[in-house]
Formats: sequence, C-alpha cells, structure tokens
Amino acid sequence: MNRDAKGPSVLAAAFAASIPVLLGYVTIGIAFGLLLVRSGLPWWLAPVMSVVIYAGAAQFMAVGLFAAGTGILEIAALTLFLNARHAVYGLSMLERYAPFGKHKPYLIYALTDETYGILTTVEAPALAHKGAFYAAVSALNQSYWVLGTALGAIVGGLIPFDTTGLDFALTALFIVLLVEQTRSVRKSLPYLVAAFSTALSLIAIGPKNLLIASIGLSILLILPFKRRLERA
Amino acid sequence: MPSILLAVLVMGLVTLACRAAPFILFMKRKPPAALDFLQRYIPPMIMTILVLNGLKGIRFDRAPFGLSEIAAALLVALFQLWKRNVLLSIGAGTALYMLLIRLF
Repeated sequence: MNRDAKGPSVLAAAFAASIPVLLGYVTIGIAFGLLLVRSGLPWWLAPVMSVVIYAGAAQFMAVGLFAAGTGILEIAALTLFLNARHAVYGLSMLERYAPFGKHKPYLIYALTDETYGILTTVEAPALAHKGAFYAAVSALNQSYWVLGTALGAIVGGLIPFDTTGLDFALTALFIVLLVEQTRSVRKSLPYLVAAFSTALSLIAIGPKNLLIASIGLSILLILPFKRRLERA
Repeated sequence: MPSILLAVLVMGLVTLACRAAPFILFMKRKPPAALDFLQRYIPPMIMTILVLNGLKGIRFDRAPFGLSEIAAALLVALFQLWKRNVLLSIGAGTALYMLLIRLF
C-alpha cells in the first residue's frame, strides 16, 4: 500500500463526484450572499454562517428572521423544525458511517441534502479509502458553499448576466440521483409512497415545511410494507 | 450584531444536534431491527421527495402551465438514463430551463 499514491486519487475521485454540487452550491451560494448584504447585513456574516450553520434553507430563512428582529427561541425552534430531516438522513447513514471513526465527526456535521444524495448514490472508488473519500466529498461540497456565499456577498452585485433559473441545477442534481437510485432499488413501492406522501402533504399543509412533512409521512407509510418489500 | 452572532451560533448548534442525534442515540445501544429496512428504502424515498420539493413552485394555473420545468426535468432524466454523464444531464437540463423561462 503506497499511501502517497492513494492520496491524490481519492481526492480526484471525490472532486469528480462533487462537481455537480459545485455548480449548484456556487450559484445558490451567490444568491444567498447577495440577499444577505442587500438585507443590510455585513458581508463576512455569509461565510461565517456557511461554516457555523452550513444548511442552505436555514441560512436563507435566517436572513429574513434577522431582518424582522425575531427572538432567539423562535429562531431555534424554526431551525429545529426545518433541519429535523437531517436526523432521518443520519439514521440511514448509521451503518455507512460506522467504520469511519476518524472522519465521523466531520461527516456528521457536514451532512446536507446534496452531500447525503451524492454519498448514498455514488459508489466510493477504493474500499480501503471509503472514509477519506466520503470526507473529501463532504469537505469539497462545503468549500463550494462557503466560497459561493462569500463571493455573492462581496461581488454578487457585479455579476453582468441574468442568472435567473440557474438554481434549477440543484433540482437537476436530485433528478440525476433519483435516476441512479432507480438503478439500484428496482421496486416501485418506495417511489410511489414518497410521491403520494409529498402530494398529500402539499394538499394538507401547502408548500411551506413540505420536506419534513413528506419525509415523516413517507416513513410512516412505508413501514407497513416492510414484510412485502423484504420478501419480493 | 452580538445578538445576530448569538443567533447564528444557536442555529449552528441546533443544526448539528439534528445531524448528530441518531449517531448519539445509537452509540451504545443497538439500532432497532427496522433500521436495516429503512437504510435501504429511505434514500430512494428522500430523492423522490427532494425532486418533487424542487418542482413544487410550478404554476399549472397560468401559461406555460409548468411545461418549462417538466420539459427540463424530463431532459435531465433522459440524458441520465441514456448517457449516464452527470454534468451533461444537469448542464443540458439547466440550460434548457433557463432558455424556456426566457422564451415563454
């Protein structure tokens, strides 16, 4: 085992896996940085939030809450509600992350929607370096977000072209990951249950808090099918 | 400003708590038996939900009735099924979306 030779190849594989997130995080990050400075907050708060919080939707929400002078308890409760879905992600990562003691704290801290999507879908290259690969993908993704948000806050106003619609890249990333999931999980039930749960949640509570409602509902609804899915 | 920094810190701790909760909860005790099952079926369900969540802003009640989003989403899926090149799928779909929302 030549450790020196393995280092760059793990990083190269991680970079290749993370490029789709680069596209999405830099564009959404710039949008966030712009919004932050236009709300009268200092530019450096953008990268600080991207390191301390590192959760896109929560950061967008925070800018509005700060501008409205919302109390800290309410901010904490709203953050808890918005990010509770990450506990579900962690739950399905318990075994996957179990062997990576050294990298585990960072992997847990950096588990965003997009990183979860990549790491549950993309095959890690060399088994011996899986932990390093996961950590490198997570760290690259976070660096894109920190850079994007800082860039948006510092020079976002100077972007000469109309970037409307560029945020579709993140939806496109999830579509790609969904297609890849259908290659490994070849049963229609989970997809149908998830789609049904999302539709029902949208009708019942509307577009706000849709993620947490539909994730919770889909887990409740899939459990009765446990036997059937395992038998087939 | 100090109150905003405190709020950022609190948000960071709450977010970290959400992400770390399952790992702390099952550090010593064994995870429930249903977990094997959930580890396998949560990712496809989450990906379905994240896609639909990204498309929830579609306005079917006015022109072009969500056709820009649907056409772009289909292009991404078809490219991914056909070529399996992630960047190509995302790039083509996003470019088509940006073009369509400017045309219609």
